[in-house]
Amino acid sequence: MPKMNIIQAINDALRVEMRRDDRVVVFGEDVGKFGGVFRATQGLQDEFGTKRSFDTPLSETAIVGAAIGMAINGLIPVSEIQFADFIYPAFDQIVNEAAKMRYRSGAELSCPMVIRTPYGGGIRGGHYHSQSPEALFVHTPGLKVVIPSTPYDAKGLLISAIRDPNPVIFLEPKRVYRAARGEVPNGDYQIPLGEAKVLVEGEDATIVTYGAMVHTVMDAVDKISASDGITVEVIDLRTLLPWDVETVLSSVEKTGRVAIVHEAPRTCGYGAEIAATIAEKSLLNLQAPVLRVAGLDTPFPYTLEHEYLPNEKRIRKVLNDLINY
Amino acid sequence: MREQVQRIIDENGKVIDGAQLPDLSEDDLIRLYRLMLFNRRVDERMTKLQRQGRIGFYVGSTGEEASIIGSAFALEPEDWIVPCYREVGAAFARGYGLFDFLCQIYGNTQDVIKGRQMPCHWASRELRLASVSSPVGTQIPHALGMAMAASIKGTQEVALTFFGDGATSTGDFHVSCNFAGVFKAPVIFLCRNNHWAISVPVGAQTAQQDLAEKAKAYAIDGVRVDGNDVLAMYAATRQAAEKARRGEGPTLIEAQTYRQGAHTTSDDPRAYRDDAEVDQWLEKDPICRFRTFLIERGVWSEEQDSALEEEFQEEIRAAIEEVEKIGPPDLDTLFEDVLDEVPWHLEEQRDELKSLSDQ
Ligand SMILES: Cc1ncc(C[n+]2csc(CCOP(=O)(O)OP(=O)(O)O)c2C)c(N)n1
Ligand SMILES: [Mg+2]
Repeated sequence: MPKMNIIQAINDALRVEMRRDDRVVVFGEDVGKFGGVFRATQGLQDEFGTKRSFDTPLSETAIVGAAIGMAINGLIPVSEIQFADFIYPAFDQIVNEAAKMRYRSGAELSCPMVIRTPYGGGIRGGHYHSQSPEALFVHTPGLKVVIPSTPYDAKGLLISAIRDPNPVIFLEPKRVYRAARGEVPNGDYQIPLGEAKVLVEGEDATIVTYGAMVHTVMDAVDKISASDGITVEVIDLRTLLPWDVETVLSSVEKTGRVAIVHEAPRTCGYGAEIAATIAEKSLLNLQAPVLRVAGLDTPFPYTLEHEYLPNEKRIRKVLNDLINY
Repeated sequence: MREQVQRIIDENGKVIDGAQLPDLSEDDLIRLYRLMLFNRRVDERMTKLQRQGRIGFYVGSTGEEASIIGSAFALEPEDWIVPCYREVGAAFARGYGLFDFLCQIYGNTQDVIKGRQMPCHWASRELRLASVSSPVGTQIPHALGMAMAASIKGTQEVALTFFGDGATSTGDFHVSCNFAGVFKAPVIFLCRNNHWAISVPVGAQTAQQDLAEKAKAYAIDGVRVDGNDVLAMYAATRQAAEKARRGEGPTLIEAQTYRQGAHTTSDDPRAYRDDAEVDQWLEKDPICRFRTFLIERGVWSEEQDSALEEEFQEEIRAAIEEVEKIGPPDLDTLFEDVLDEVPWHLEEQRDELKSLSDQ
């Protein structure tokens, strides 16, 4: 099996889907000729031509708004928003239009479409190249929200997202775009949306996470397990909506101690939903309160970004607090 | 130099010197007239129903029927119509039925959109009528995308989107014009300049009140049409559609018309505009002038007109009677169509709600 990074895996998924189904079109700012500022669409224009892989003028509103019209009129648009930080001009189109189209039209119309966008910090990007807006989209009925953490998952999830009949927000962890490498099968395979993955089994505590934080958590857990002699179960959610409540709850039953790690701000962040659901459905299995390690409730900083982001120290502390509660 | 306003029949129903009548049969002319009159009578009846508390809300189009119906009539069945909230006349022109419209207004079990939106927010895939949403201007990029899809697929359909003068201030309008110019998309931007955006007159909306001029910034064609002249609206739209089908790109049509009534049933225009202005526009009414035109051409008569009025009155009455017997949608419908399948968290919410409502 070839080894790939996440960018290559995404490129491969797009290629597989564009070969399979000529309704799939790929576009956005700098996406066509150049292949995207992160090069995820490199070579697609050469293979599929300018009608199916093209550059657009600079308007996120029009990119997403036009994608909605294309989806209604028989295409499967996979648009790219250059950075998640720049998705807000399209927020109205996503929230009020794409997400509501099926419901508000009684399923007369629907938007099978994917919006891909790199998100997250740790790349010295400051406020405007680092944000993690997933909670805004999970909070919007009518969307699916997917965040891969590995090349294998990125390809399989993106293929599933493109075949899904709903609008899917596909957030890509850009910090590990190239750093995360792994084996990726050739050709066609899918990872079903809505299924989490248990990355490592453990007995003493559970960490639920996703995206780039999966790597931070796995590194930290490796070290902490070695130094403290504990075992920690790590769950990569992969899909944030609909999310895999069964996998999370069965881990809670086993460990009774749970932390959620994400880099988005803590207040009303995605972790709050998981914590509340665990409290509702599994309170008596808990040996300690559900804890969160999250980004700070500040705008994303520049110089001190590693203080903002969850890191090994904070993960160590939270595991300590859980186990010694 | 800016172009003349395109006109074919004047305010008195006379053909303007040198104007060319579009190639429409007598049957077509009568159909156009029937559609406009029907639209107006439906609007009047719905407004009364709202006053009586039988429906919650209504958006009328009195005075704007020619701009809405003349343009829709110029399209082919495979063309998309992408409306805002004031263009049910365009849907009627496509064959959308009064029964379906009333079911949407009442939000009952037979409502295609399952009672999920306020009145006048209809949709029909079969008739290629996009779904109405309330936010102003958001439909404009959808028409752009439908048109881009036609170019990409190599098919012949065009997309026509309706919006008001107020919508020309939105970003969605400008970015769509820009994209349409770049991609030569087969789209028609049809701006009903009815001179008001609720209480804000077009003079306070934009310093460039020749709305068609805005097309120049995007190097696309902009034309100004007497929006109360149904034949001019038909001809201009037909021309724009043919041009789009030839691959020659988009057109912005400014239909100059007037909102004779309130913005919606929730509005009272006496608070912000003079009757004198309204009266001036009543003299330019699109239906009166077309009726005169038809009668003078000998294809219509006063007797036929009275008979038609009776026919519509009875048709509308009977439809309301039927629709008022239909009950509200089932609770399950609340949870359908959020996604293509009901996910676990919505199943839970549905079961909880149903268990409470069974008690
Ligand atoms: C984005 C947005 N802002 C405000 C409103 C409230 N609103 C509804 S209609 C309207 C005026 C629209 O005027 P225009 O575009 O001229 O269309 P018309 O109603 O005259 O047909 C306003 C302000 C809205 N629906 N959407
Ligand atoms: Mg207006």
